Amino acid sequence: MDLIMNSYVIELAWIVGKIMLVVGPLLIAVAYLTLAERRVIGFMQLRKGPNVVGPFGMFQPFADALKLMAKETILPAGANKVVFMFAPMLTFILALVAWAVIPFGEGLVIADINVGILYLFAISSLGVYGVIMAGWASNSKYAFLGALRSAAQMVSYEVSMGLVIINVLICVGSLNLTAIVEAQRGMWFALPLLPMFIVFFISTLAETNRAPFDLPEGESELVAGYFVEYSSMSFALFFLGEYANMILMSGMTTVLFLGGWLPPFDIWPLNIVPGPLWFILKVMLLLFVFLWVRATTPRYRYDQLMRLGWKIFLPFSLIWVVLTSGFLLWTDNLPAVMAG
Amino acid sequence: MIEALFFYLFAAVMLGAGLMVVVSRNPVFSVLFLILAFFNAAGLFVLIGAEFIAMLLVVVYVGAVAVLFLFVVMMLDINFAEMRAGFQKYLPIGLVVGGILVFELVAAMYGDAFSGATLPAASEISNTRALGNVLYTKYMYLFQVAGLILLVAMIGAISLTMRRRSGVRRQVIAEQNMRRREDSVEIVDVPVGASARTVATVPPGKRER
Repeated sequence: MDLIMNSYVIELAWIVGKIMLVVGPLLIAVAYLTLAERRVIGFMQLRKGPNVVGPFGMFQPFADALKLMAKETILPAGANKVVFMFAPMLTFILALVAWAVIPFGEGLVIADINVGILYLFAISSLGVYGVIMAGWASNSKYAFLGALRSAAQMVSYEVSMGLVIINVLICVGSLNLTAIVEAQRGMWFALPLLPMFIVFFISTLAETNRAPFDLPEGESELVAGYFVEYSSMSFALFFLGEYANMILMSGMTTVLFLGGWLPPFDIWPLNIVPGPLWFILKVMLLLFVFLWVRATTPRYRYDQLMRLGWKIFLPFSLIWVVLTSGFLLWTDNLPAVMAG
Repeated sequence: MIEALFFYLFAAVMLGAGLMVVVSRNPVFSVLFLILAFFNAAGLFVLIGAEFIAMLLVVVYVGAVAVLFLFVVMMLDINFAEMRAGFQKYLPIGLVVGGILVFELVAAMYGDAFSGATLPAASEISNTRALGNVLYTKYMYLFQVAGLILLVAMIGAISLTMRRRSGVRRQVIAEQNMRRREDSVEIVDVPVGASARTVATVPPGKRER
């Protein structure tokens, strides 16, 4: 009995250690992503951005975090207190738990489960609850309108995201994320499935409520959307959750389309670079595109957003599923179903 | 041991949440507890090794269906007192429906409804593949019929909501593209001394150039 308990404790400690190894760097990445966003957009708009706190403004995120923590947490009088405080926590937790299945390198994954991609899809579809609960619990018009917009938007774009994922799955024959990356050893799926890659990336923009689809925030008409009533740490959790979600979605795009930890070509100077470094580089590239899009595109109108999601992306990705499976069947290239 | 512990945890939370769905006074809380119940059901599926169904439960029910429930419940203006007044009246029919469901579940569990489908052990074959194997071979026609029923429901929902309402300004892109310069803009040569109004009353095309 003693021995069994001991092995459980050791295993538990090992798992907790792995989680810390992922969450720690992730939080630092989130902090520097906020800085990168302000700097990159600053340069694109011929400004300097925050450059005063520390060298190149390196300590700016920590100054911001300190400021937010020192502020007062305000509970609106008409708010539903339990749901109001639970919503930001949920957003942040969901942004973190999804990382359990993302493979950073060969075998470098916390939980290598059979249905990894479905798990990712499930967690990303839950993100809408943080938003809708926050909007309802705030008991405020602007917050509620923002939440309703966001719920409709996220549910709509999930549909086309799901179909794009099916496209990739047809080419792989497994739901396991490691298997998906390994299937791209010859060629990244971004090349043969280029249109799907673009549809997926635009859908992730909508799914994370980023510009040009940041209607849930819509500061010109809704003040700040669903988190108007939030202050201090509860606001910070929403903020961190949004950026962690951006990194997560970039990681998901990397795994599905850009070959995860694999080098672009399996030749000498490229294949000695460790896998996790390739993964991080690809995620950083996608994050830069996120910021680039925000700096260069105006916000969509709401009916245009819905039209794009339902009338263009959905039929397009559906047709592409038929095309992909038809092509694979015709060329007799359908993947053998792996054990995973 | 740990598995049993988690089984009782998930089962207890699920039953508690199910009870709260029925007794909560605020319907929004009912939906939130329903979501909690779905989650714990997904946990139970994972425990018996059916991770594919667990994930589908979360994606479909929690990620889509419950969002729409929440959407509707939040937007409705519900009179709680009025809603509770009918409780006594609806209790018998509710008990009858619930009793029938319990009876069917027990009959299915102890009867031979599931004995026809022999599934391999979860360790031999991933359950995604096992499900696909029976769904697309043995139950092919039933699967197609289920799809058709969903299609009919979808067409029904669309035909119920697709109607032209008057007084709603809607963007029709085709109409915008069809617009020609001649339909909307004209250059008027206003003679010196004549007011613009007298010129504009002459219908376009009949004016002297």
